Amino acid sequence: MRRYSVFAVAREGLRYHTGWERAWRSPQPKKKYDVIIVGAGGHGLATAYYLGKNYGITNVAIIEKGWLGGGNTGRNTTIIRSNYLQDPSAAIYDKALKLYENLSQDLNYNVMFSPRGLIMLAQTHHEVRGYQRTVMANQLQGVATEWVTPEQLKKLVPIINIHGPRYPVMGGLYQKRGGTARHDAVAWGYARACSDMGMDVIQQCEVKGVRTEGGKVVGVLTTKGDIDCDKLGMVVAGHTSVLAEMAGFRLPIESVALQALVSEPIKPCMDVVVMANTVHGYMSQSDKGEMVIGGGTDSFNNYTQRGSFHHIEETVRALVETFPMVSRLKMLRQWGGIVDMTGDRSPILSKTPVDGIFVNCGWGTGGFKAIPGSGWAMAELMAKGHSPLTQEFDMFRFREGKFIDESVAAGVAH
Amino acid sequence: MLLLQCPYCGVNAEETELAAGGEAHLKRATVGDSDEAFEGYLFMRENKKGVHLERWRHAYGCGKWFLAARDTATLEVFGTYPAQTTEPPADVTENIRAKYPDWSWKETA
Repeated sequence: MRRYSVFAVAREGLRYHTGWERAWRSPQPKKKYDVIIVGAGGHGLATAYYLGKNYGITNVAIIEKGWLGGGNTGRNTTIIRSNYLQDPSAAIYDKALKLYENLSQDLNYNVMFSPRGLIMLAQTHHEVRGYQRTVMANQLQGVATEWVTPEQLKKLVPIINIHGPRYPVMGGLYQKRGGTARHDAVAWGYARACSDMGMDVIQQCEVKGVRTEGGKVVGVLTTKGDIDCDKLGMVVAGHTSVLAEMAGFRLPIESVALQALVSEPIKPCMDVVVMANTVHGYMSQSDKGEMVIGGGTDSFNNYTQRGSFHHIEETVRALVETFPMVSRLKMLRQWGGIVDMTGDRSPILSKTPVDGIFVNCGWGTGGFKAIPGSGWAMAELMAKGHSPLTQEFDMFRFREGKFIDESVAAGVAH
Repeated sequence: MLLLQCPYCGVNAEETELAAGGEAHLKRATVGDSDEAFEGYLFMRENKKGVHLERWRHAYGCGKWFLAARDTATLEVFGTYPAQTTEPPADVTENIRAKYPDWSWKETA
């Protein structure tokens, strides 16, 4: 693989950009791999990448029924933060944030990580107490966050209205290291690095069945033929239940639609990410100038990748009070993704009842921020059979009542 | 927008008038049941890409709970029926089988 660098740009500039090579190969599947990862989204690709990088396992295929990063990886609002209350969540999300900080250098691919800071608004007394508690928990976890007053907040976010009649801004939880990254680039960067290590990224290859023998996985049936494997990682977010059913087990997951929207591009007006969880809306400004807005999920099971219109109305209506300028914005486009919600709204990274099958799912409405940490932990789990980062996220915790009591994900109530 | 007919008051209600209540026909786990049974009752939901039998409440209407059969892959509604049943009525299963001839449900399979 030719490395991207300023010299490469200069070299190609002198020869009319004829020397750029494809970022990843598009091979046909081999007969057998050591590891197959189903799902070439951020989490799946990151899992494969760290299997190769940390454990030297490179006979790996990442298979994808659609196109690379075309699911929730390409449909989220690109927010990255690690200001969680519970220790297990803080550990894995902060691992992810630390990896994001050097991801562009690590992958030799610009993921445009922008640690512009992130504020979660407290708009009720209950939220004030909750976020102050989180700040203290974060101090114990070694995650730098701070409490900011409404006046400090107004300086950080001049377009905010802190005197809203219904939901005044009473303060906020501020994580300076939080921010955004380019979501597609994260998938593309991982795919390029995986392909460079000799892994096969196979797109438009849908899994139709999982083959097991004596309680152990031996391969998958796909639209591009049967492929054998020793270990199988299921990293397919909204379709986890469908895949688990093929393998003969069930997961405590329900799939629902979550949607987001962007406005027309405008001049820079807000250089932090702001989440308003009481009123169900969060907003940041992309490098193109669009205001990127996310809201709550639909309330019913759904696989259609489109959301309900009234949720857009709800989200925008809520934001208009806190950000009056939103009322003058035209919205450009809207889209939906299918998120996998677990019983306690925390993810599942776990062994399964089938020997050799591992599952990484349940990231619900907040998976993008976790991609590198999730891949790192999942790779350790698949290579060694256990990982300190995943042990609390076992799929059997629901039977034992050992929930991770946190509405993680987008931080908005679901 | 999703439209469901309330089987009690007959209103064709829009989604905003309704509250979703999750999977229908759950059997409650009780004293003496195993941990697995409780896990199943509390968390293991049918999450089919296809036919889903589910509970709804006509929250901003008559206020009553009813059940619906809906396709989660297309949002097509096969029918709604009163909540006081242990399985979907014949006309609803007929509508489902018109589209999914091999359809079977965990309680009837």
